[in-house]
Amino acid sequence: MKKNQTIPDLIWQFFCSVKLTVYTLLFLAATSVIGTVILQNGAILQYKRLYGEAFYNLIKVLNLDDMYHAWWFLMLIGILCVNIIVCSVERLSRTWKIIFPKKIKFNPERFRRLKNLETFTLKKDGPSIYADYEGFLSRTVGNVIKKDTQNGIALYAEKGRWTRLGVYLVHSSIILLLIGALIGSIFGFKANLRLDEGETSDSAFIVKKRLPVNLGFSIRCNDFDVKFYDTGMPKEFTSNLTIIENGKESFTRDIRVNHPLRYKGINIFQSSYGTAQPDSIVLDIIKRADKSVTSQTIKVGEEIQLPGNQGLFKLEGFLQRFDFRDHDLGEAFIGTVTLKGGKSSQIGLPMKFPTFDKMRKGKYAFVVKKFDRKYYTGLQITKDPGIWYVYSGFILMILGCWVTFFMSHESFCIEIEKIPEESSKISVSGITNRNSQGMKLKIKKIVTKLKDK
Amino acid sequence: MDSSLALSSATFIYALASVFYIGSFTFKKKVLSRIGFIVLVIGFLSNTVGIVLRWVESYQMGYGHAPFANMYESLVFFSWTVAIIYIFVELKYKESIIGAFASPLAFLAIAYASLSPDISNKISPLLPALKSNWLIAHVITCFLGYSGFAVAFGFSIMYFIKPKNPDATTIFAKLPSWEVIDELTYQMVVFGFLFLTIGIITGAVWANSAWGTYWSWDPKEVWSLITWLIYALFMHLRMMRGWYGKKLALVSIIGFLAVIFTYFGVNFLLSGLHSYS
Ligand code: HEM
Repeated sequence: MKKNQTIPDLIWQFFCSVKLTVYTLLFLAATSVIGTVILQNGAILQYKRLYGEAFYNLIKVLNLDDMYHAWWFLMLIGILCVNIIVCSVERLSRTWKIIFPKKIKFNPERFRRLKNLETFTLKKDGPSIYADYEGFLSRTVGNVIKKDTQNGIALYAEKGRWTRLGVYLVHSSIILLLIGALIGSIFGFKANLRLDEGETSDSAFIVKKRLPVNLGFSIRCNDFDVKFYDTGMPKEFTSNLTIIENGKESFTRDIRVNHPLRYKGINIFQSSYGTAQPDSIVLDIIKRADKSVTSQTIKVGEEIQLPGNQGLFKLEGFLQRFDFRDHDLGEAFIGTVTLKGGKSSQIGLPMKFPTFDKMRKGKYAFVVKKFDRKYYTGLQITKDPGIWYVYSGFILMILGCWVTFFMSHESFCIEIEKIPEESSKISVSGITNRNSQGMKLKIKKIVTKLKDK
Repeated sequence: MDSSLALSSATFIYALASVFYIGSFTFKKKVLSRIGFIVLVIGFLSNTVGIVLRWVESYQMGYGHAPFANMYESLVFFSWTVAIIYIFVELKYKESIIGAFASPLAFLAIAYASLSPDISNKISPLLPALKSNWLIAHVITCFLGYSGFAVAFGFSIMYFIKPKNPDATTIFAKLPSWEVIDELTYQMVVFGFLFLTIGIITGAVWANSAWGTYWSWDPKEVWSLITWLIYALFMHLRMMRGWYGKKLALVSIIGFLAVIFTYFGVNFLLSGLHSYS
């Protein structure tokens, strides 16, 4: 440690180093693996079952169950940001004058010592070559600077000085991106909404907090439609939605997967679907004793008399999945049978197995004869005011990478020396801040071109 | 002709090209690598025809999607990109010896796609979420990135077999100079990095248009981020004193292992949104 360094100086230097960058990137990469191996956002019981009690405590302490939002992970990202900002400020303040000098200086001696220097002789001399080569340089590179040397002249031209700023574009894009992500996580939300066909709602449920959020308008699902491939895989699903504001219908629109509806900063995505609870069904009631069948329409929640006033049947509701002795029997209706003078018992009527209830061997068997399938649509509703920062960050990052990787600051020098017998010796060389092999090839190309002149 | 014939021919021709390149390298015969180059270009053409035909066939079957939808198709495309990148490098840098390190990669990927029992080459319909132009852009750019890293990996191997002593007479002494290997590896990493960056970004834009979130920390996303971080690490290490040659090549090799894991490991070992391909 040098003397006279204050604590802020030391902190500044700490955040200025590329070594810190290397460590931070390493830690970010290494710890990111954890979240792909350990279950994320699971329930406590799942963790205890999967990893045991002791390891569960560790997971809790380090927030490994939501590790990409854990304090230490966010801190690593924070360090990266400070690192980038401090480093960029420090470097730019030091190199700005080099990147954009008032006057470009040129030292021929430096070019004579380059490894990529190529020389050849020409049976010509005099100002005509100078003019030729000057023209060539200013056409292919840029403004030419001339300098007289001992027995000739040196021509210099350069381009792409500004491309040295490319790295700063890349680095600032990262900051921009993270700012966007921060804005999104503070002011945005991600919520789910389930709407049966015909149903209307003005709020959705935030996934993380399990809280409702008011949307500022209502959404009505008029219709839902799903198409299948011949393999049985869903091909397309579409919801027809109407937006209602202040009690008035604003507009109606179809949304599909990948074709959301964006309105007033809120995005509405088609995400899932399923069968909604129907209003009523047609039920066959079979009397076991004489096999007589009675058909009856019954509403969900309604209670009816069994034939001959032998008891009551109540249609309780509809289930997406009906578990019977640990088997998922799929969609089913649930009902309660109460026989006169007997106990009431709950029965399931799975759609896939129409005769299922006969196996119960009760006095009456129930079969769902008909029901009008009604769908519900699963919508994902999001708001993200940070998205434009993120997208700008994306564009800036691609541009920055392009400039940094594929463009460079190049300067060329052609020196023409008079040698005996009316000839000239010509030397060509160049400096670049990246891709020196590419420069070597370029110099060779230039030499062939100059020889042809 | 149908796509599977074109693609199996491509597999065979890539194998042949690898044989020529490796032969040229072992027997120090320049002419073999010339032939290797021509064979590689023919393999590449056959690969191209196969991809185009598969595209057409998917339309004929009524599914109508670009051939970048499953593991098989992406591996075939991976070979295609490795081949085109290498052809470009050889034309630009005129170093044919390194073909021995790049052409086998093109062969291995397409051969694995055809022979592995875990990979189906059936053309299947697309889930609604996958029907997006962003998806096509996403897959193409990711695979360009992966191929850049693959070729960088091939070049990195040279660090470990080229003798230090410039007067050595083993076959490996004929490899390009350290400067050239350095530069080529770096250029390939940089190429891969640019395209992986665009790949991750187009993936994020696609996710945002399909689900409303550009980033959901799904294992495949995280692994591509890890890969990206490793190569960012590579570029920053290069600027620190003492990090060059073998040490740096090791980072590029680790980076490529991360690519492989992102590509296969996540699908086979971890679960998430991306398990379709
Ligand atoms: C995820 C984070 C980062 C990414 C993706 C990134 C990306 C890059 C890229 C692409 C380059 C150009 C490499 C080359 O020319 O070969 C670069 C250079 C550099 N980066 Fe970063 N970087 C990151 C973080 C940082 C941080 C935190 C610092 C803080 C000190 C930093 C400091 C530098 C410096 C000093 C250079 C060299 C600039 C020059 O050549 O003058 N980087 N970075």
